[in-house]
Amino acid sequence: FFKNIHKKNQLNFEFRRFSVDRVKPGKFEEFYKLILHIHRIANMEVMIGYADVHGDLLPINNDDNFCKAVSTAHPLLRIFIQRQEEVDYANFGTNTITRKKKAVVALRNNDVNRKRPHIRIGMPQDFRPVSSIIDVDILPESHRRVRLYRHGSDKPLGFYIRDGTSVRVTPHGLEKVPGIFISRLVPGGLAESTGLLAVNDEVLEVNGIEVTGKSLDQVTDMMIANSHNLIVTVKPVNQRNNVVRSSRISGSSGQSSDSSGSTGYPSLSVASGGLVPSGAHGYQDDLESDEDADIVIESSLKRPSQRSNASLAYQLHRDLNLHSNPALRHSNGSLHKILSSLKTDPRHSLALPRGGVEEDGTVITL
Amino acid sequence: MMKFRFRRQGTDPQREKIKQELFAFNKTVEHGFPHQPSALAFDPKLQLMAIGTKSGAIKIYGAPGVEFTGLHKDTTAVTQIHFLPGQGHLLSLLDDCTIHLWELAAGSPREVGGVKKEGVISLQEVDNCSLPGRPGIESCSATRVTVLLLLKSCELLCIGTEGGGVYFLELPHLLLKESQILLQDQVTQSLPDNYRCGKSLGPVESLQEHPQQTGKILIGYSRGLVVLWDLSSHHADQLFLGKQQLESLTWERSGNLFVSSHNDGGYSVWAVTSGNICNHQPVSSTIPYGPFPCKAINKILWKTTQTGSPVLLYSGGMPRASYGDRHCLTIQQDKEHVTLDFTSRVIDFFTVHSIEQEKEFDDPSALVVLLEEELVVIDLQTPGWPSLPTPYLAPLHSSAITCSCHISSVPSKLWERLINAGKAQQGRQQMHRSWPICGGKNLAPPPKQQELLLTGHEDGTVRFWDASGVALTPVYKLSTANVFHTDCDPSDDPQDPDMQQEEEWPPFRKVGCFDPYSDDPRLGIQKISLCKYSNKLVVAGTAGQVIVLGLSDEHSDHLVDMSVVDLLQDREGFTWKGHDKLEPRLKPAPFPPGFQPLVLVQCLPPASVTAVALHAEWNLISFGTSHGFGLFDYHRRNAVLARCTLHPNDSLAMEGPLSRVKSLKKSLRQSFRRIRKSRVSGKKRTISTPTSKVQEANAALAEQEEVAPVQRRIEPRSADDSLSGVVRCLCFADTFLRDGTHHGPTLWAGTNSGSVYTYALEVPGVGSRRVCERGGTNESSVCVEAVLGKEIQLMHRAPVVSICVLDGRGKPLPDPYEASQDLAITPDMTNAHSVLIASEEQLKVFSLPKVSAKTKFKLTAHEGCRVRKVALVVFSSTAQEDYSEHTLVCLTNLGDMHLFNIPGLRPQVRYDCIRKEDISGIASCVFTKNGQGFYLISPSEYERFSLSAKVLTEPLCSVQLDRPLEPSPASDGTMTQPQANGTHKNQMGQAEGQTEEVPSTLSSPILDTPLDSPLSCADLSLDSTGELTVEDVRDFLTTVDEAENNLKNIKEEEGRSPGILIN
Repeated sequence: FFKNIHKKNQLNFEFRRFSVDRVKPGKFEEFYKLILHIHRIANMEVMIGYADVHGDLLPINNDDNFCKAVSTAHPLLRIFIQRQEEVDYANFGTNTITRKKKAVVALRNNDVNRKRPHIRIGMPQDFRPVSSIIDVDILPESHRRVRLYRHGSDKPLGFYIRDGTSVRVTPHGLEKVPGIFISRLVPGGLAESTGLLAVNDEVLEVNGIEVTGKSLDQVTDMMIANSHNLIVTVKPVNQRNNVVRSSRISGSSGQSSDSSGSTGYPSLSVASGGLVPSGAHGYQDDLESDEDADIVIESSLKRPSQRSNASLAYQLHRDLNLHSNPALRHSNGSLHKILSSLKTDPRHSLALPRGGVEEDGTVITL
Repeated sequence: MMKFRFRRQGTDPQREKIKQELFAFNKTVEHGFPHQPSALAFDPKLQLMAIGTKSGAIKIYGAPGVEFTGLHKDTTAVTQIHFLPGQGHLLSLLDDCTIHLWELAAGSPREVGGVKKEGVISLQEVDNCSLPGRPGIESCSATRVTVLLLLKSCELLCIGTEGGGVYFLELPHLLLKESQILLQDQVTQSLPDNYRCGKSLGPVESLQEHPQQTGKILIGYSRGLVVLWDLSSHHADQLFLGKQQLESLTWERSGNLFVSSHNDGGYSVWAVTSGNICNHQPVSSTIPYGPFPCKAINKILWKTTQTGSPVLLYSGGMPRASYGDRHCLTIQQDKEHVTLDFTSRVIDFFTVHSIEQEKEFDDPSALVVLLEEELVVIDLQTPGWPSLPTPYLAPLHSSAITCSCHISSVPSKLWERLINAGKAQQGRQQMHRSWPICGGKNLAPPPKQQELLLTGHEDGTVRFWDASGVALTPVYKLSTANVFHTDCDPSDDPQDPDMQQEEEWPPFRKVGCFDPYSDDPRLGIQKISLCKYSNKLVVAGTAGQVIVLGLSDEHSDHLVDMSVVDLLQDREGFTWKGHDKLEPRLKPAPFPPGFQPLVLVQCLPPASVTAVALHAEWNLISFGTSHGFGLFDYHRRNAVLARCTLHPNDSLAMEGPLSRVKSLKKSLRQSFRRIRKSRVSGKKRTISTPTSKVQEANAALAEQEEVAPVQRRIEPRSADDSLSGVVRCLCFADTFLRDGTHHGPTLWAGTNSGSVYTYALEVPGVGSRRVCERGGTNESSVCVEAVLGKEIQLMHRAPVVSICVLDGRGKPLPDPYEASQDLAITPDMTNAHSVLIASEEQLKVFSLPKVSAKTKFKLTAHEGCRVRKVALVVFSSTAQEDYSEHTLVCLTNLGDMHLFNIPGLRPQVRYDCIRKEDISGIASCVFTKNGQGFYLISPSEYERFSLSAKVLTEPLCSVQLDRPLEPSPASDGTMTQPQANGTHKNQMGQAEGQTEEVPSTLSSPILDTPLDSPLSCADLSLDSTGELTVEDVRDFLTTVDEAENNLKNIKEEEGRSPGILIN
């Protein structure tokens, strides 16, 4: 079956019509490329949206909502293409297209927006996670496993650990054992801003490795070695905000009662805890495998001519050095551009692997 | 992913067996001079010498190679040692007044390195005791032991105490004879009233047995009284009413005379004539270095000779004002008078002399002096009393050790030339006589190969030691100071030693080689590299000097070429505020046979050299400092490359690194000082009274309260960290950098901030272009060229500790010349090479030429330890003659050794080796190529250890004893040799060495989720398909089973208690 699809291009208000297989719409990537190709805007970052049955402007940015969009076409699918930087995200969601025409308002969805001041929430793809609570379903309720995504952030991790003693129940009764605790949170640091870690929380594991029997320096070294993707399991000093598990339920429906970081925002169930807008970063920055993608700068290794001397080599090297220096700093954006351009291993440029998403399992919000 | 989680618990029995045949950890022997010696003893029958240390170690030495070590349970100073002559027993007195009995006992036959050893003897403690403190009024110090005397019969031990009492212990069971205790009042009764004058006699200072009459002992009290006491009749035979405070006593052989030494610097000779109960005056009294006030003569010996006058030997007695600070020992015979002037304190001394009862004279053949920092032996039979070179106990630290380097299987040609050069150096002090201490028999097989240990010192010398066997002996000493123009240039002030000594009184003679004073700290050696095939040596120092030396058998006077390499490469805004470079000598300098300097390369700024590499086949050296690295062609004498590694944001470096150069040194010095302090702490005589105990407890309590919690900041390493530009390692390799088909010379450099720079080198006449190169152009006119190949930035930014290129089979490339001269298996150049980069945090293997990660192991992320030293070592199997494995050995900041296979980087075993507080020990560790290693346990001692089950260098010796040797039940061969000097470490469970990993209990029900916990084991092989072996598969299969079993167990446990933590 072929269906005609109507396209409205907001860049210059062009209209294109083309057809797509309704049963097998294919992948979003391909569709995206197709659109760029049709509109001859291959080198432009665009945002694709569509009007659903209710007349709401909804985004198309992954396979799922692309399928959904195609399936809602009756028979025409109206697609809006906007240049990325011009997108007004407030337009997305409910009550966008319809607002100007008929007031067919889905009250159910609109309640939130009416009662509260308008909150601008960006597109998921424009965010990268900075922290999350993971493995809620497999940990004791008194424990919390927090993942801090340092990668690409300019914020310092911003916490200190110390020695201490903790009391445990053993077969011989209560026993004092040495433990590692969070001793300080740096204001404005990543650890503080997530609200998931607090002073005097006991550190139990670092990236899956228990810290019992390890010295403060060892734990420090372990944390620093994992700092780009740090996963700490803590026993929060404040046990009142623990996740309450009534029954073993699917990983993605954990409920949050942690209000420590809440600032009056409504509870949302999203894929990750704290979210910070970060320009055009993709998810791949947070790939587990990415953390160790050492930068390799290849110089064009031509055979030197007989005449070439050391100073030439040095010149070459200086150029390279200039080139590589911005990459070495954690400056926004440029590092990742260089990174992705330098990537030699195709695995690194894959999108987030399935495991990566699922691992984040349960969600707690701020 | 599950398979990786439990991977390390996997036990493939066959693999475990191979591992046992390859790896075994042993601390084998301690080389060098015992740190802080405190006691000396000699067994004239067995010809064994014992040295006790302040850390509670006892070391026994006989003939070279005969060594025994014993360690007291407490680290208390050994104050006295006494042999039970001929028995192989000895008694030690500790500072805490406990007396310990030791025994040389035969261990059961055991296998060492595949060879069965029988009759091997070790030193073991059998008994100990302490004097009971007298209850009531008397303070604890009254029974504090001052001297011990073991009677010749070996059945009775006399103990002199601070309170003046003499106690007697029955041997060998150390039973106190309560009835015989001799208290001072018993002695004072028989004293004339005018001498008694109500004062106490003071502590017992000396106990000496009558040389001819058994059962009579001489008791000397501090106040000056000497009593000849008859043990059987229990009364004083004679009294010698000395007036001067007593220091020591010694008998003349006949028993007709004895000599007392005093604290005023004088000695008195007393005649022992029967019938005269009270002696008021000595026969003679002399203050040799008077008339001005002198220091005490601490110990005196009087030895008779057949040739005439007796030999008088005494320590101390120097004129207080002018030479009070000298450490001296005087030898006097007739007109002959020599004052041996030592650089460190005299601990004790003895003479080797004839002991046969029937002989009339002592006829001392040698004097052995134990000093705080070295052992000096004087030949007393050769006129002039020359000193004898010691075959062991070498003072490694005669100038502080700054670095070390080990060369295994030294070619015999180089060995001979070095021996000759060393002999030429010793020149006049040729060994005339054989070593006087020759007890025991060395059972160790002669070394299969010659080994050299090179130590760099603070004074700019490099010492070459024969490390082939148990005794570390000096071979040759190279001094680099004469390349430079220093303040105390010997040529500037020529002095005639004879002229100087002519008029001097006392007649001083400098003896010994311990010299802690460095002329110029900039001369200090930082890095050494030796090519044993081409006899080229590179030595680099503290002031950025890199010296290339060649071996020559002839004396030479020449000017050393100098090149300056600017490593800053006009980086702006930098001013060096550190030390100046050393001024090279402008005139030709004389160089003795041995290694003679060819070229001096001076790095600018003159910061300490942090890495060197030598490739003698290509005539290239590379060197790095905290600012960058350079490449120099010493054949054509031109600098090929200079590369600055400073980070632009490194503000500290930009301002000038005075502080950091200092601080590095400072921290090292401090850590040494710390060691010293910790060892000295046992020195003082602590008199523990009830009050002081209360105070101690209070102080401890107060301390506990005051301690603020230590906190550590968790922040990733940033590029801006200071010292990021320090070049940590350099490496040459013939490998594939440009493409997969053409290999050629390459240079690799790793920095403190996780950067690796690679250069492709064009070396004329080397590599694939050899043919066209030869065809025309004059070879010498073509220069070596270096082109930047790749820059690798490790994401985790940890300092790069080591870089090594592996060939197509995953084996490390051979050393220069090894392949071309058929000394090693030629490397596989057909399959793809790889490079192993070890950072402080991770081990990683990258494929070449495209640098992509193949395998890695994240050591820090897993174990919380950081890599300090890394070496690629060949381990040979004890079972199969021709089987060996290349293994990566890692020493971490926790002092443990991790062994990994290559290139798979799978952990093999882990051993605890060095205490983690022993920073200088960890920093000084060097590995040999076959699985041994050395590290400093004190400024003067190397501990030798072995990780190999096959290659061990340990003392194996036997001693002919008077008593029958029975294997003692305590030693069943598995007992680990105790280690001296601060290597106290719980060695329990080290026999196995493998620490088991505790399965995580926190994330127990992992099976419920298909996902692994965040422990996603990123160390798993990213792409190891190319190198899968049957063994690997088997490993994998067993581990999966294991994993399942473990999970079952965990599940079962879960039913009982959900956790061990309080909620």
